[in-house]
Amino acid sequence: MKNLRSAGRVLGATVVAALALAACASGSTSSNADNGPITLTLATFNKFGYSDEMLAQYHKLHPNVTVVQNIAATSQAAQDNMFTKLAAGSGLGDVEAVEVDWMPKLKQYANLFVDLTTPETKTRWLDWKTQAATVNGRLIGAGTDIGPEAICYRSDAFAKAGLPSDPAGVAQLLTGDWNNYYSVGQRFSAAHTGVAWFDSAGATYQGLANQYHNFFEASDGTVVATTNPDVKNAFVSVLNASSTSSAHLQEWGTDWNAGLANGAWATMLCPSWMLGVISGNGPKIKDWKIANVFPNGGGNWGGSYLTVPTQGKHTAAAKELALWLTAPEQQIAAFVTTGNYPSQVGAYSNPALTGATNPYFGNAPIGQIFADRAKAVSVTPYKGVKYAAIMQAVQDGLTRVESKKQTIDASWAQVLSDIKALS
Amino acid sequence: MATEAARRGFVLRESLGRWDVKLSPYLFISPFFVVFALVGLFPLLYTGWVSVHAWDLLGGEQGWAGSGNFAFVLGQRQFWVALRNTLSIFLLSAVPQLLVATAIAAALDTNLRNKTFWRMSVLLPFVVMPVAVTLIFGSMFGERYGLVNRTLADIGLGPIRWHTDPLASHIAIATMVNFRWTGYNALILLAGMQAIPRDLYEAATIDGATWLRRFFRITVPQLRPTLIFVIITATIGGLQIFDEPRLYDQNGLGGEDQQWMTMTIYLYKLGWTQLNFGRAAAVAWLLFLVVVAIGLVNLAITRRIATSEERAT
Repeated sequence: MKNLRSAGRVLGATVVAALALAACASGSTSSNADNGPITLTLATFNKFGYSDEMLAQYHKLHPNVTVVQNIAATSQAAQDNMFTKLAAGSGLGDVEAVEVDWMPKLKQYANLFVDLTTPETKTRWLDWKTQAATVNGRLIGAGTDIGPEAICYRSDAFAKAGLPSDPAGVAQLLTGDWNNYYSVGQRFSAAHTGVAWFDSAGATYQGLANQYHNFFEASDGTVVATTNPDVKNAFVSVLNASSTSSAHLQEWGTDWNAGLANGAWATMLCPSWMLGVISGNGPKIKDWKIANVFPNGGGNWGGSYLTVPTQGKHTAAAKELALWLTAPEQQIAAFVTTGNYPSQVGAYSNPALTGATNPYFGNAPIGQIFADRAKAVSVTPYKGVKYAAIMQAVQDGLTRVESKKQTIDASWAQVLSDIKALS
Repeated sequence: MATEAARRGFVLRESLGRWDVKLSPYLFISPFFVVFALVGLFPLLYTGWVSVHAWDLLGGEQGWAGSGNFAFVLGQRQFWVALRNTLSIFLLSAVPQLLVATAIAAALDTNLRNKTFWRMSVLLPFVVMPVAVTLIFGSMFGERYGLVNRTLADIGLGPIRWHTDPLASHIAIATMVNFRWTGYNALILLAGMQAIPRDLYEAATIDGATWLRRFFRITVPQLRPTLIFVIITATIGGLQIFDEPRLYDQNGLGGEDQQWMTMTIYLYKLGWTQLNFGRAAAVAWLLFLVVVAIGLVNLAITRRIATSEERAT
C-alpha cells in the first residue's frame, strides 16, 4: 500500500513536472532563471531520506522552485546513468547524487561540475569528507552522509542459539577482531537455528576493505590489489567463514531482498544508511537490534555527495538546493527518517541528532551509537579511479565461490586476470 | 528574333526536361540516403575511427592506437565468453520463437471467430514495457525465493540455478525475449499468409492434399519474402540483445562469472563503467561483423529451403 501510494505520488510529481516543463517551453526563453518558475530534478538512489515533506518545505522557502526527485534502485544504476549522460552532454538531473566509491572517477572531469564552494562550506563537513570531493580547490560534491558501521543483529535468533541477546551483551561478545566475529558465527551456526550468521561474503568483505588506507591502490593511483597480501588474506578468510556462516545471498539481489524480508540471516554489517534498508525490506521481522561494536575497531562504509553538473539549465538554483539539502538541519531530518548519519560537523552537537532513537530497532539510541561508531573510525581509505571496478571484480570472485561455481583458488586466479584486464 | 527567342526558350525547356529526367529520381530517393548516411553510415564509420584510437568516454581522443584495441579485446577471456553467450541466447530465442510464431500465425489464419480479438491478444506482450517484463521475470527466476523454483519444489523437483548456471540463465533470458517478440512475429507472418492467393489452397484441396501438406508445400514457400524479413530482423535483434540481460540481476553486468554477459553488455562495461570508449568501439565493430556473417548465413539457408520447396512442387 505504501509502495502504491508513493508510486502514485511519483507519477503525480512527474505529471506536474511535465506540465511545468511544457509551461517553460512555451514561455519566453529570456525569462530570468532566478525569478521565473522552474523545476529542478534531484536524482538520488536507494534511500537518501529527502522526504516529500522536506522538498515541499523547500518549495515554501523558494516559491518559484519545484523539486522533483528521481530515485534509482541501486548505486550501480545511478553510476551508469551518470556516465552515459555525462558523455551525451545532456539528460542529467539538476542535482545528482554520487557515491563516494565512484567519486574518484568523476574527479578527473571536475570541470563538468559546478564549484560548490561558499565561505560557509569550508568548515561545514568533516575534513576527509570535503577532501574526497575537492579537486584543486574546486568543491564538486556537497557531502550528505557518512557510513560509520555498527553490527545489526536479530535478538530472537541470538537467544535461540544461546547467545546473549541484549545490545550491551552482544557488543561485548563481538568486541575483537574479524576472527572473533567469525568464531562467534561458528558457535551460532553450531546451534542450527535455521538462520545464517551473515548475508554474504561480499557484504562482509566491504567491511574489511574499508579498514585499510591503501587496499587496492597506492596513493599515487597504481593498482596494488594483485600484490597486496591483505587483499588476498581478506578474500580467503571471508570465504572460509562463509562456508559455514553465510546465507550465500548476493547483496542487493532479488533473493537478498527476499532473504532480508524473511529473516534469512542473524547479523549484518550496519553502516548507518543500512538501517533504512533493513526496516524498509523487513517490516515483518521484529527482532532487529543494533550493537554498538564493530570487528577490528571502527569502519566507514559508503556515504554520498550531491553534485551539480554544469550541463543543467539552472545551475545557480541547483547549487542553492544542493547546499540547502546538505545543511545540518536537513541531514538530521534525513537521519531520523532513514538513519543516514550526517557528515556535517555542526550536526554532531545538535540534540535532535544525539538524542535520536529508532523504534524499529527496539528504540535503539541511534544518535549515540553512530556518534560512537564515527569516533571509532581511524582510517580513511584511499579510493582511486579504479577502486569501484576492482571492487566489482573481487565481489564477483566472492560470489563465484559462494555459488559453488569455483574453488577459492580458481576464483582468485580469475580475480587477478580480471583486475589486470582493467589496465 | 522571335524565332531566336522561341528557340532559346525551347532549349531551356528541353534542358530542364533533361535535368528533370536525370536528377529528379535521385532527388526523390535522396531522403532515404541522406537519413541513412546520417544515422547509419556516419555512426558506423565514426565508431571505426574511435576503435583505432585510445579514447576516454568523457575525455575524448587520447592518441592513435592502431589495432591495439582489437588485439586487447580479442585476447580477453570475457570477449569469447560474451560471444558464446550471445550466440547461445540468440539460438535459444530465435529458433523456438519463429517456430511458435509460424504455428500461431497458421492458427490465426484459419476461420476463427472473433479474429481481431485473437490477433490483438497475441500482440499484448509486445505492448508491455521490456523493463517491466524483465523485472517480473527476474524475480520469478530468483534462485531461492523465486516463483519458478518454488513451484518446482512443490512438485518435487530440485531448484534450477537460474542465476548461476550459464545455460539456465540463457533459457530464462530467452524466455523473456520470446514472451515479448513471438506475438509480434506471428502477426507479421500472418500478414504474409493472408496475402497468399486462396485459389492455390482450393486447387490443392481438390487434388486431395492434407492440411499438413498444404502448409509445407504452399504456405511455407509462398511465405519466403516475409520469412526472410522476420529471420533477418530476429537475427539482428537477437545478437544485439541488451535490455533483458542488463536487467536480469541487480548489477547488470552479466553475472559474477559472466554467465549471461552478452556482447552488448561487454561493450557497455568497457565503454561506460571502465570509460574506455576505444575498446568499446572495437567490440562494436566485431559485433557488426558477427551480425553480418550470421545474417548472410541465414539468408543463404532461407533461400535454399524456400527454393528447394518450390522445385518440389
